[in-house]
Amino acid sequence: MSLEIRAGARLSISGPSGSGKTLLLRALALLDPLDDGDVSWQGRPVRGNEVPDFRRRVVYLHQRPALIEATVEAALRRPFSLRVHCRRRFDRDRIVGWLEGLRRDASFLGKPVGELSGGESQIAALLRALQLDPAVLLLDEPTAALDPPTVAAVEGLLRNWVEELPDRRATVWVTHHAGQATRVGERIVHIENGRIADANGIP
Amino acid sequence: MRTEYLELDFPQLAIAASLIVICSVISLVLQLGLQRRLLLAALRTVVQLLLVGLVLWWIFAPERSSLFVVGMMGAMTLIAGFAAVDRTGHRYRGIRLDSIISMWASSWLITAVALFAVVQVQRGEQPWYDPQYAIPLLGMILGNTLNGISLGLNRLGEELATKRRHVETLLALGATRWEAARGPIQEAIRTGMIPIINSMMVVGLVSLPGMMTGQLLAGVPPVQAVRYQIVIMFLIAAGTSLGTFSVVLLGYRRMFTADHQFASARLTKRR
Repeated sequence: MSLEIRAGARLSISGPSGSGKTLLLRALALLDPLDDGDVSWQGRPVRGNEVPDFRRRVVYLHQRPALIEATVEAALRRPFSLRVHCRRRFDRDRIVGWLEGLRRDASFLGKPVGELSGGESQIAALLRALQLDPAVLLLDEPTAALDPPTVAAVEGLLRNWVEELPDRRATVWVTHHAGQATRVGERIVHIENGRIADANGIP
Repeated sequence: MRTEYLELDFPQLAIAASLIVICSVISLVLQLGLQRRLLLAALRTVVQLLLVGLVLWWIFAPERSSLFVVGMMGAMTLIAGFAAVDRTGHRYRGIRLDSIISMWASSWLITAVALFAVVQVQRGEQPWYDPQYAIPLLGMILGNTLNGISLGLNRLGEELATKRRHVETLLALGATRWEAARGPIQEAIRTGMIPIINSMMVVGLVSLPGMMTGQLLAGVPPVQAVRYQIVIMFLIAAGTSLGTFSVVLLGYRRMFTADHQFASARLTKRR
Protein backbone atom coordinates (compact mmCIF):
# COMPACT_ATOMS: atom_id res chain seq x y z
CA MET A 1 0.00 0.00 0.00
CA SER A 2 1.04 3.58 -0.51
CA LEU A 3 -0.06 6.61 1.45
CA GLU A 4 0.82 10.24 1.13
CA ILE A 5 0.16 12.84 3.79
CA ARG A 6 0.21 16.48 2.74
CA ALA A 7 0.40 19.57 4.92
CA GLY A 8 -2.96 20.59 6.25
CA ALA A 9 -4.39 17.11 5.76
CA ARG A 10 -6.77 15.64 8.26
CA LEU A 11 -6.85 11.95 7.51
CA SER A 12 -8.94 9.25 9.18
CA ILE A 13 -8.02 5.62 9.12
CA SER A 14 -10.89 3.28 9.87
CA GLY A 15 -11.37 -0.44 9.74
CA PRO A 16 -12.17 -3.43 11.95
CA SER A 17 -10.01 -4.41 14.92
CA GLY A 18 -6.90 -6.28 13.88
CA SER A 19 -7.01 -4.92 10.32
CA GLY A 20 -3.61 -3.29 10.69
CA LYS A 21 -4.51 0.30 11.52
CA THR A 22 -2.10 0.51 14.44
CA LEU A 23 0.57 -1.26 12.43
CA LEU A 24 0.21 1.32 9.67
CA LEU A 25 0.60 4.21 12.13
CA ARG A 26 3.61 2.59 13.78
CA ALA A 27 5.17 2.01 10.38
CA LEU A 28 4.62 5.69 9.48
CA ALA A 29 6.54 6.66 12.64
CA LEU A 30 9.23 4.08 11.73
CA LEU A 31 8.72 2.38 15.08
CA ASP A 32 8.93 -1.16 13.69
CA PRO A 33 11.44 -2.54 11.22
CA LEU A 34 9.73 -2.53 7.80
CA ASP A 35 9.72 -5.79 5.86
CA ASP A 36 9.72 -3.89 2.63
CA GLY A 37 9.32 -0.36 1.36
CA ASP A 38 10.22 2.85 3.11
CA VAL A 39 8.95 6.01 4.71
CA SER A 40 9.93 9.27 3.06
CA TRP A 41 9.92 12.76 4.48
CA GLN A 42 9.65 15.52 1.89
CA GLY A 43 10.51 13.03 -0.81
CA ARG A 44 13.59 11.54 0.83
CA PRO A 45 13.62 8.13 2.57
CA VAL A 46 14.39 8.43 6.27
CA ARG A 47 17.10 6.16 7.65
CA GLY A 48 19.56 5.68 10.50
CA ASN A 49 20.38 8.71 12.56
CA GLU A 50 17.84 10.88 10.75
CA VAL A 51 15.11 8.86 12.44
CA PRO A 52 15.01 10.69 15.82
CA ASP A 53 14.75 14.03 14.04
CA PHE A 54 12.03 12.63 11.80
CA ARG A 55 10.12 11.50 14.90
CA ARG A 56 10.42 15.01 16.27
CA ARG A 57 8.22 16.06 13.33
CA VAL A 58 6.06 12.96 13.07
CA VAL A 59 4.88 11.99 16.54
CA TYR A 60 3.05 8.73 17.17
CA LEU A 61 0.61 8.67 20.07
CA HIS A 62 0.09 5.24 21.59
CA GLN A 63 -3.44 4.13 22.35
CA ARG A 64 -2.51 3.38 25.97
CA PRO A 65 0.23 5.90 26.60
CA ALA A 66 3.08 5.16 28.99
CA LEU A 67 3.68 7.69 31.74
CA ILE A 68 6.14 6.73 34.45
CA GLU A 69 7.21 10.09 35.77
CA ALA A 70 5.86 11.20 39.14
CA THR A 71 3.38 13.87 38.07
CA VAL A 72 1.68 15.01 34.89
CA GLU A 73 3.94 18.06 34.76
CA ALA A 74 7.07 15.88 35.06
CA ALA A 75 5.75 13.68 32.26
CA LEU A 76 5.18 16.75 30.09
CA ARG A 77 8.67 18.06 30.81
CA ARG A 78 10.36 14.77 30.02
CA PRO A 79 10.65 15.20 26.19
CA PHE A 80 12.68 18.39 26.66
CA SER A 81 15.48 16.34 28.21
CA LEU A 82 15.91 14.57 24.86
CA ARG A 83 18.51 15.83 22.44
CA VAL A 84 16.12 16.59 19.59
CA HIS A 85 14.07 18.94 21.78
CA CYS A 86 16.88 20.47 23.81
CA ARG A 87 16.54 23.93 22.24
CA ARG A 88 12.95 24.23 23.35
CA ARG A 89 11.47 24.97 26.75
CA PHE A 90 8.45 23.66 28.59
CA ASP A 91 5.66 26.25 28.26
CA ARG A 92 3.31 25.92 31.20
CA ASP A 93 0.89 28.67 30.16
CA ARG A 94 0.35 27.11 26.78
CA ILE A 95 -0.50 23.78 28.40
CA VAL A 96 -2.88 25.43 30.86
CA GLY A 97 -4.60 27.13 27.92
CA TRP A 98 -5.17 23.79 26.23
CA LEU A 99 -6.32 22.24 29.50
CA GLU A 100 -9.01 24.88 29.87
CA GLY A 101 -10.29 23.96 26.43
CA LEU A 102 -10.47 20.36 27.63
CA ARG A 103 -12.48 21.33 30.72
CA ARG A 104 -9.55 20.84 33.10
CA ASP A 105 -7.49 23.36 35.06
CA ALA A 106 -3.86 23.82 36.10
CA SER A 107 -4.27 21.45 39.06
CA PHE A 108 -4.25 18.62 36.49
CA LEU A 109 -0.51 19.22 36.09
CA GLY A 110 0.13 18.37 39.74
CA LYS A 111 -1.67 15.05 39.64
CA PRO A 112 0.39 11.91 40.31
CA VAL A 113 0.36 9.86 37.10
CA GLY A 114 -0.47 6.73 39.09
CA GLU A 115 -3.87 8.21 39.94
CA LEU A 116 -4.84 9.16 36.39
CA SER A 117 -7.74 7.39 34.75
CA GLY A 118 -7.30 5.95 31.27
CA GLY A 119 -8.86 9.05 29.73
CA GLU A 120 -6.74 11.43 31.78
CA SER A 121 -3.61 9.56 30.70
CA GLN A 122 -4.70 10.07 27.11
CA ILE A 123 -5.10 13.80 27.69
CA ALA A 124 -1.66 14.03 29.33
CA ALA A 125 -0.04 12.10 26.46
CA LEU A 126 -1.85 14.18 23.84
CA LEU A 127 -0.63 17.43 25.38
CA ARG A 128 2.85 15.99 25.73
CA ALA A 129 2.93 15.39 21.99
CA LEU A 130 1.12 18.60 21.00
CA GLN A 131 3.52 20.90 22.88
CA LEU A 132 6.37 19.61 20.70
CA ASP A 133 4.77 21.25 17.62
CA PRO A 134 5.09 18.23 15.37
CA ALA A 135 4.24 18.49 11.68
CA VAL A 136 2.22 15.28 11.71
CA LEU A 137 0.40 13.80 14.68
CA LEU A 138 -0.29 10.09 14.35
CA LEU A 139 -3.19 9.46 16.71
CA ASP A 140 -4.09 5.90 17.67
CA GLU A 141 -7.62 5.98 19.12
CA PRO A 142 -6.68 9.05 21.18
CA THR A 143 -10.15 9.47 22.66
CA ALA A 144 -11.05 5.83 23.30
CA ALA A 145 -11.18 6.28 27.07
CA LEU A 146 -12.72 9.77 27.21
CA ASP A 147 -16.26 10.94 28.04
CA PRO A 148 -18.31 12.36 25.10
CA PRO A 149 -17.95 16.09 25.98
CA THR A 150 -14.17 15.73 26.27
CA VAL A 151 -14.06 13.73 23.02
CA ALA A 152 -15.75 16.66 21.29
CA ALA A 153 -13.31 19.08 22.94
CA VAL A 154 -10.28 17.03 21.80
CA GLU A 155 -11.65 16.81 18.26
CA GLY A 156 -12.12 20.58 18.21
CA LEU A 157 -8.70 21.24 19.71
CA LEU A 158 -6.95 19.13 17.08
CA ARG A 159 -8.98 20.61 14.22
CA ASN A 160 -8.01 24.12 15.33
CA TRP A 161 -4.43 23.02 15.79
CA VAL A 162 -4.21 21.96 12.13
CA GLU A 163 -6.12 24.98 10.86
CA GLU A 164 -3.82 27.36 12.76
CA LEU A 165 -0.91 26.48 10.47
CA PRO A 166 -2.37 24.44 7.60
CA ASP A 167 0.83 24.57 5.58
CA ARG A 168 2.82 22.91 8.36
CA ARG A 169 0.52 20.60 10.26
CA ALA A 170 -1.45 17.43 9.64
CA THR A 171 -3.19 14.71 11.61
CA VAL A 172 -3.71 11.03 10.91
CA TRP A 173 -6.41 9.69 13.16
CA VAL A 174 -7.06 5.99 13.67
CA THR A 175 -10.55 5.23 14.88
CA HIS A 176 -12.95 2.32 14.55
CA HIS A 177 -15.85 4.65 15.22
CA ALA A 178 -17.50 5.56 11.90
CA GLY A 179 -18.98 8.82 13.18
CA GLN A 180 -15.67 10.01 14.50
CA ALA A 181 -13.91 9.03 11.26
CA THR A 182 -16.08 11.44 9.28
CA ARG A 183 -15.78 14.19 11.90
CA VAL A 184 -11.99 14.19 12.21
CA GLY A 185 -11.05 13.35 8.64
CA GLU A 186 -11.65 15.15 5.39
CA ARG A 187 -10.29 11.97 3.82
CA ILE A 188 -11.11 8.52 5.14
CA VAL A 189 -8.91 5.54 4.44
CA HIS A 190 -10.60 2.25 5.10
CA ILE A 191 -8.32 -0.65 5.89
CA GLU A 192 -9.12 -4.32 5.80
CA ASN A 193 -6.69 -7.22 6.23
CA GLY A 194 -3.71 -4.93 5.97
CA ARG A 195 -4.82 -3.36 2.68
CA ILE A 196 -6.42 -0.09 1.75
CA ALA A 197 -9.94 -1.21 0.86
CA ASP A 198 -11.45 2.15 0.10
CA ALA A 199 -9.74 5.50 -0.03
CA ASN A 200 -12.66 7.82 -0.01
CA GLY A 201 -11.72 11.23 -1.32
CA ILE A 202 -8.21 10.38 -2.39
CA PRO A 203 -7.59 11.78 -5.87
CA MET B 1 57.12 -16.68 54.11
CA ARG B 2 56.36 -19.52 56.54
CA THR B 3 55.00 -22.36 54.44
CA GLU B 4 54.73 -25.29 56.83
CA TYR B 5 51.21 -26.10 57.95
CA LEU B 6 49.57 -28.99 59.80
CA GLU B 7 48.49 -31.59 57.31
CA LEU B 8 45.03 -33.11 57.50
CA ASP B 9 44.63 -36.84 57.16
CA PHE B 10 41.66 -39.18 56.89
CA PRO B 11 40.96 -39.50 60.66
CA GLN B 12 40.56 -35.71 60.86
CA LEU B 13 38.22 -35.73 57.88
CA ALA B 14 36.25 -38.46 59.60
CA ILE B 15 35.82 -36.32 62.73
CA ALA B 16 34.40 -33.50 60.64
CA ALA B 17 32.14 -35.95 58.84
CA SER B 18 30.78 -37.28 62.15
CA LEU B 19 29.48 -33.78 62.90
CA ILE B 20 27.28 -34.04 59.80
CA VAL B 21 26.06 -37.43 60.96
CA ILE B 22 25.08 -35.90 64.32
CA CYS B 23 23.09 -33.22 62.51
CA SER B 24 21.32 -35.92 60.50
CA VAL B 25 20.41 -37.76 63.67
CA ILE B 26 18.93 -34.58 65.10
CA SER B 27 16.92 -34.12 61.90
CA LEU B 28 15.70 -37.71 62.19
CA VAL B 29 14.67 -37.32 65.85
CA LEU B 30 12.84 -34.06 65.21
CA GLN B 31 11.31 -35.46 62.00
CA LEU B 32 12.60 -32.54 59.96
CA GLY B 33 13.00 -34.78 56.93
CA LEU B 34 16.27 -33.10 56.09
CA GLN B 35 18.63 -36.01 56.75
CA ARG B 36 18.59 -37.38 53.22
CA ARG B 37 19.28 -34.02 51.61
CA LEU B 38 21.92 -33.22 54.20
CA LEU B 39 23.75 -36.50 53.64
CA LEU B 40 23.45 -36.14 49.89
CA ALA B 41 24.89 -32.62 50.12
CA ALA B 42 27.75 -33.89 52.28
CA LEU B 43 28.43 -36.70 49.86
CA ARG B 44 28.46 -34.29 46.94
CA THR B 45 30.88 -32.02 48.80
CA VAL B 46 33.26 -34.94 49.26
CA VAL B 47 33.00 -36.23 45.72
CA GLN B 48 33.15 -32.83 43.98
CA LEU B 49 36.09 -31.57 46.01
CA LEU B 50 38.01 -34.82 45.62
CA LEU B 51 37.50 -34.59 41.89
CA VAL B 52 38.62 -30.97 41.82
CA GLY B 53 41.65 -31.93 43.90
CA LEU B 54 42.45 -34.62 41.39
CA VAL B 55 42.02 -32.24 38.46
CA LEU B 56 44.15 -29.56 40.12
CA TRP B 57 46.84 -32.10 40.95
CA TRP B 58 46.81 -33.07 37.30
CA ILE B 59 46.87 -29.48 36.08
CA PHE B 60 49.57 -28.42 38.51
CA ALA B 61 51.87 -31.19 37.34
CA PRO B 62 55.33 -29.80 36.62
CA GLU B 63 56.37 -28.92 33.07
CA ARG B 64 52.90 -28.10 31.79
CA SER B 65 53.13 -26.41 28.40
CA SER B 66 51.75 -22.90 27.89
CA LEU B 67 49.32 -24.30 25.34
CA PHE B 68 47.90 -26.67 27.92
CA VAL B 69 47.35 -23.93 30.49
CA VAL B 70 45.83 -21.53 27.96
CA GLY B 71 43.56 -24.32 26.70
CA MET B 72 42.44 -25.01 30.26
CA MET B 73 41.73 -21.32 30.81
CA GLY B 74 39.77 -21.19 27.56
CA ALA B 75 37.62 -24.13 28.63
CA MET B 76 36.92 -22.49 32.00
CA THR B 77 35.94 -19.24 30.26
CA LEU B 78 33.58 -21.00 27.86
CA ILE B 79 31.87 -22.90 30.67
CA ALA B 80 31.43 -19.66 32.62
CA GLY B 81 30.08 -17.90 29.52
CA PHE B 82 27.43 -20.55 28.97
CA ALA B 83 26.57 -20.79 32.66
CA ALA B 84 25.93 -17.03 32.87
CA VAL B 85 22.94 -17.24 30.51
CA ASP B 86 21.56 -20.46 31.95
CA ARG B 87 19.03 -18.86 34.23
CA THR B 88 18.26 -15.55 32.56
CA GLY B 89 14.51 -14.97 32.36
CA HIS B 90 14.51 -13.44 28.87
CA ARG B 91 16.48 -14.55 25.85
CA TYR B 92 17.42 -13.15 22.50
CA ARG B 93 19.35 -14.55 19.58
CA GLY B 94 23.05 -14.26 20.22
CA ILE B 95 22.77 -13.98 23.99
CA ARG B 96 25.31 -16.79 24.46
CA LEU B 97 27.79 -15.21 22.10
CA ASP B 98 27.45 -11.87 23.92
CA SER B 99 28.00 -13.57 27.24
CA ILE B 100 31.09 -15.45 26.06
CA ILE B 101 32.61 -12.36 24.39
CA SER B 102 32.09 -10.31 27.55
CA MET B 103 33.35 -13.05 29.84
CA TRP B 104 36.40 -13.62 27.71
CA ALA B 105 37.40 -10.01 27.19
CA SER B 106 36.94 -8.89 30.79
CA SER B 107 38.37 -11.87 32.66
CA TRP B 108 41.40 -12.36 30.44
CA LEU B 109 42.27 -8.69 30.47
CA ILE B 110 42.06 -8.56 34.25
CA THR B 111 43.95 -11.83 34.69
CA ALA B 112 46.70 -10.51 32.44
CA VAL B 113 46.96 -7.38 34.58
CA ALA B 114 47.01 -9.58 37.67
CA LEU B 115 49.72 -11.90 36.40
CA PHE B 116 52.08 -9.44 34.78
CA ALA B 117 51.58 -6.17 36.63
CA VAL B 118 50.40 -7.12 40.12
CA VAL B 119 51.83 -10.53 41.00
CA GLN B 120 54.63 -10.05 38.44
CA VAL B 121 55.12 -13.72 37.77
CA GLN B 122 58.15 -12.87 35.66
CA ARG B 123 60.07 -12.07 38.88
CA GLY B 124 60.05 -15.72 39.92
CA GLU B 125 61.67 -18.68 38.32
CA GLN B 126 58.46 -20.16 37.01
CA PRO B 127 57.13 -19.15 33.58
CA TRP B 128 54.11 -16.81 33.29
CA TYR B 129 51.82 -19.70 32.51
CA ASP B 130 52.61 -21.44 35.75
CA PRO B 131 49.16 -22.84 36.62
CA GLN B 132 49.70 -22.10 40.33
CA TYR B 133 48.86 -18.43 39.65
CA ALA B 134 47.05 -18.28 36.34
CA ILE B 135 44.34 -20.87 37.02
CA PRO B 136 43.16 -19.80 40.49
CA LEU B 137 43.29 -16.09 39.60
CA LEU B 138 41.23 -16.61 36.45
CA GLY B 139 38.88 -18.91 38.34
CA MET B 140 38.11 -16.34 41.01
CA ILE B 141 37.59 -13.58 38.45
CA LEU B 142 35.38 -15.80 36.28
CA GLY B 143 33.23 -16.91 39.21
CA ASN B 144 32.40 -13.33 40.10
CA THR B 145 32.13 -12.00 36.56
CA LEU B 146 29.66 -14.78 35.90
CA ASN B 147 27.42 -13.35 38.62
CA GLY B 148 27.67 -9.86 37.21
CA ILE B 149 26.92 -10.92 33.64
CA SER B 150 24.08 -13.18 34.67
CA LEU B 151 22.40 -10.58 36.90
CA GLY B 152 22.98 -7.79 34.40
CA LEU B 153 21.53 -9.70 31.45
CA ASN B 154 18.59 -10.92 33.46
CA ARG B 155 17.76 -7.42 34.60
CA LEU B 156 18.21 -5.92 31.14
CA GLY B 157 15.70 -8.39 29.67
CA GLU B 158 13.27 -7.82 32.50
CA GLU B 159 13.51 -4.02 32.31
CA LEU B 160 13.07 -3.94 28.54
CA ALA B 161 10.14 -6.35 28.69
CA THR B 162 8.28 -4.54 31.47
CA LYS B 163 9.12 -1.00 30.28
CA ARG B 164 8.52 -1.77 26.64
CA ARG B 165 5.76 0.81 26.21
CA HIS B 166 7.79 3.43 28.00
CA VAL B 167 10.84 2.81 25.82
CA GLU B 168 8.65 3.03 22.72
CA THR B 169 6.97 6.20 23.93
CA LEU B 170 10.36 7.85 24.33
CA LEU B 171 11.36 6.72 20.84
CA ALA B 172 8.09 8.05 19.44
CA LEU B 173 8.82 11.43 21.04
CA GLY B 174 12.17 11.64 19.23
CA ALA B 175 14.54 9.92 21.67
CA THR B 176 17.59 8.22 20.21
CA ARG B 177 17.87 4.53 20.95
CA TRP B 178 20.48 5.36 23.58
CA GLU B 179 18.22 7.89 25.29
CA ALA B 180 15.31 5.46 25.24
CA ALA B 181 17.33 2.55 26.63
CA ARG B 182 19.42 4.44 29.14
CA GLY B 183 17.16 3.74 32.12
CA PRO B 184 17.07 -0.04 31.62
CA ILE B 185 20.81 -0.09 30.85
CA GLN B 186 21.63 1.76 34.06
CA GLU B 187 19.40 -0.54 36.09
CA ALA B 188 20.97 -3.63 34.54
CA ILE B 189 24.55 -2.52 35.17
CA ARG B 190 23.70 -1.44 38.70
CA THR B 191 22.11 -4.81 39.45
CA GLY B 192 25.11 -6.67 38.08
CA MET B 193 27.43 -4.68 40.34
CA ILE B 194 25.47 -4.96 43.59
CA PRO B 195 27.00 -8.23 44.88
CA ILE B 196 30.61 -7.20 44.42
CA ILE B 197 30.03 -3.73 45.89
CA ASN B 198 28.24 -5.29 48.87
CA SER B 199 31.04 -7.72 49.49
CA MET B 200 33.65 -4.97 49.26
CA MET B 201 31.64 -2.98 51.81
CA VAL B 202 31.60 -5.68 54.46
CA VAL B 203 34.72 -7.69 53.70
CA GLY B 204 36.51 -8.51 56.95
CA LEU B 205 33.63 -7.22 59.08
CA VAL B 206 31.02 -9.87 58.46
CA SER B 207 33.11 -12.67 57.07
CA LEU B 208 36.71 -13.43 56.26
CA PRO B 209 37.05 -14.23 52.58
CA GLY B 210 37.74 -17.88 51.86
CA MET B 211 41.01 -17.23 50.11
CA MET B 212 42.39 -15.21 52.99
CA THR B 213 41.25 -17.79 55.53
CA GLY B 214 42.96 -20.46 53.49
CA GLN B 215 46.20 -18.50 53.33
CA LEU B 216 46.10 -17.85 57.09
CA LEU B 217 45.54 -21.54 57.82
CA ALA B 218 48.41 -22.35 55.49
CA GLY B 219 50.72 -20.17 57.60
CA VAL B 220 50.96 -17.05 55.46
CA PRO B 221 51.58 -13.94 57.64
CA PRO B 222 48.33 -11.94 58.01
CA VAL B 223 49.79 -8.80 56.42
CA GLN B 224 50.63 -10.74 53.26
CA ALA B 225 47.27 -12.52 53.24
CA VAL B 226 45.47 -9.17 53.59
CA ARG B 227 47.44 -7.64 50.72
CA TYR B 228 46.59 -10.57 48.51
CA GLN B 229 42.95 -10.27 49.46
CA ILE B 230 42.81 -6.55 48.67
CA VAL B 231 44.33 -7.15 45.28
CA ILE B 232 41.90 -9.98 44.60
CA MET B 233 38.89 -7.89 45.62
CA PHE B 234 39.92 -5.12 43.23
CA LEU B 235 40.58 -7.54 40.41
CA ILE B 236 37.21 -9.18 40.94
CA ALA B 237 35.46 -5.82 41.07
CA ALA B 238 37.16 -4.69 37.88
CA GLY B 239 36.39 -7.96 36.09
CA THR B 240 32.77 -7.88 37.16
CA SER B 241 32.33 -4.27 36.08
CA LEU B 242 33.92 -4.75 32.68
CA GLY B 243 31.99 -7.95 32.04
CA THR B 244 28.69 -6.41 33.09
CA PHE B 245 29.18 -3.21 31.04
CA SER B 246 30.17 -5.20 28.04
CA VAL B 247 27.33 -7.71 28.11
CA VAL B 248 24.66 -5.08 28.78
CA LEU B 249 25.91 -2.89 25.94
CA LEU B 250 26.11 -5.83 23.55
CA GLY B 251 22.57 -6.83 24.52
CA TYR B 252 21.40 -3.26 23.94
CA ARG B 253 22.95 -3.27 20.45
CA ARG B 254 20.98 -6.37 19.60
CA MET B 255 17.66 -5.09 20.91
CA PHE B 256 17.74 -1.77 19.05
CA THR B 257 18.17 -1.33 15.30
CA ALA B 258 20.29 1.28 13.55
CA ASP B 259 17.02 3.06 12.67
CA HIS B 260 16.40 3.68 16.38
CA GLN B 261 13.71 1.04 16.67
CA PHE B 262 13.16 -1.20 19.66
CA ALA B 263 13.01 -4.72 18.24
CA SER B 264 11.02 -6.08 21.16
CA ALA B 265 10.05 -9.19 19.20
CA ARG B 266 13.64 -10.35 19.51
CA LEU B 267 13.20 -10.66 23.25
CA THR B 268 11.60 -13.97 24.19
CA LYS B 269 10.66 -15.28 27.57
CA ARG B 270 12.45 -18.42 28.64
CA ARG B 271 10.22 -21.46 28.44
